[in-house]
Amino acid sequence: MCDTCGCGDSEIVPVAVHERLLSANDRTARHNRDHFHDHHVRVVNLMGSPGSGKTAILESTARQLGSTARLGVLVGDLATDNDAQRVRAAGIAAEAITTGSACHLDAEMVHRGLHRLPWRDFDYLFIENVGNLVCPAIYDLGQDVNVVALSVTEGEDKPLKYPIIFRKADLVLLTKVDLLPALPNVRVAAIEENLSLVMPRPAMIPISSTTGEGVEKWVRWLQGVATRHSAPCAVPAW
Amino acid sequence: MHEYSLVQAMFDQIEAIARDNKATAVRAIAVRIGTEAGVDVSLFRTAYDMFRERTICDGATLDVAELPARWTCPEGHGDLSRGQRLACSVCGRPARLAQGDEIILAGVELEVP
Repeated sequence: MCDTCGCGDSEIVPVAVHERLLSANDRTARHNRDHFHDHHVRVVNLMGSPGSGKTAILESTARQLGSTARLGVLVGDLATDNDAQRVRAAGIAAEAITTGSACHLDAEMVHRGLHRLPWRDFDYLFIENVGNLVCPAIYDLGQDVNVVALSVTEGEDKPLKYPIIFRKADLVLLTKVDLLPALPNVRVAAIEENLSLVMPRPAMIPISSTTGEGVEKWVRWLQGVATRHSAPCAVPAW
Repeated sequence: MHEYSLVQAMFDQIEAIARDNKATAVRAIAVRIGTEAGVDVSLFRTAYDMFRERTICDGATLDVAELPARWTCPEGHGDLSRGQRLACSVCGRPARLAQGDEIILAGVELEVP
């Protein structure tokens, strides 16, 4: 109450907050990450446009790595669990997170999804994000690494059009490279050059789920992924 | 369209702050959004106008400060110019985004009876 003159008006109180709008998501993501780290599960957030080949990457990964490592997948999709079924058919434990109208996964959805998977037994957990190059980029899920699938049919300038998701990528998988002979205007070198304008540590592996090209290199890259502890600071890089 | 979920998260955050301060209304909201944060500021404002009714923020003004991106050398060789590769031209180290990915609730003004 205003006690200067006793008029009874409300007082206007300024409050400095300086907190990330996503701080609740960040907390849940840290919680997920600590669980993963404690159980030695390496976690990959796999992002990319609809149709960029995310599910096909998981199928190839199962063929190459499935006999020596325990793999699991959480698949985010607006509707249907078709991708989860495809991945299960490839021999990987998979559960769908049907997001309804949400265009991205957040840390809470992942946390709830984990309750339906024996994730503590996994060596690798892949989180196949909703097909979208914008929204998934800003939500930390508790992953160790971000991988973006970019298909050669999407054009050379995709990294420049969606710089944020590529900036946050630890690796870009250039998919469907078996189609390059049919695409005379798409040059791999130009895609690499564009990535270097948006990725501080550009890393790209050309891959084809049809011919198997690049799959071994991708699996070697995966084997080099280490589980991360949550950053002790209140504001993570994500 | 994650701007809608961001606005919802902002309301949750502000409602908690208002409760802690025993406020009855929010007069003003200040947020800071970096140009590299992946947030469309006009969509953020639209989402705010659409959802603020019947929340404690109904009568609040929204001030959005946009922070330009600034890439810099982690070894102190200065800022990078726009459109160049994201590596320091002196030492070659990967550049660091010093500013531009913020999505921050800077502060609020509350009405406290």
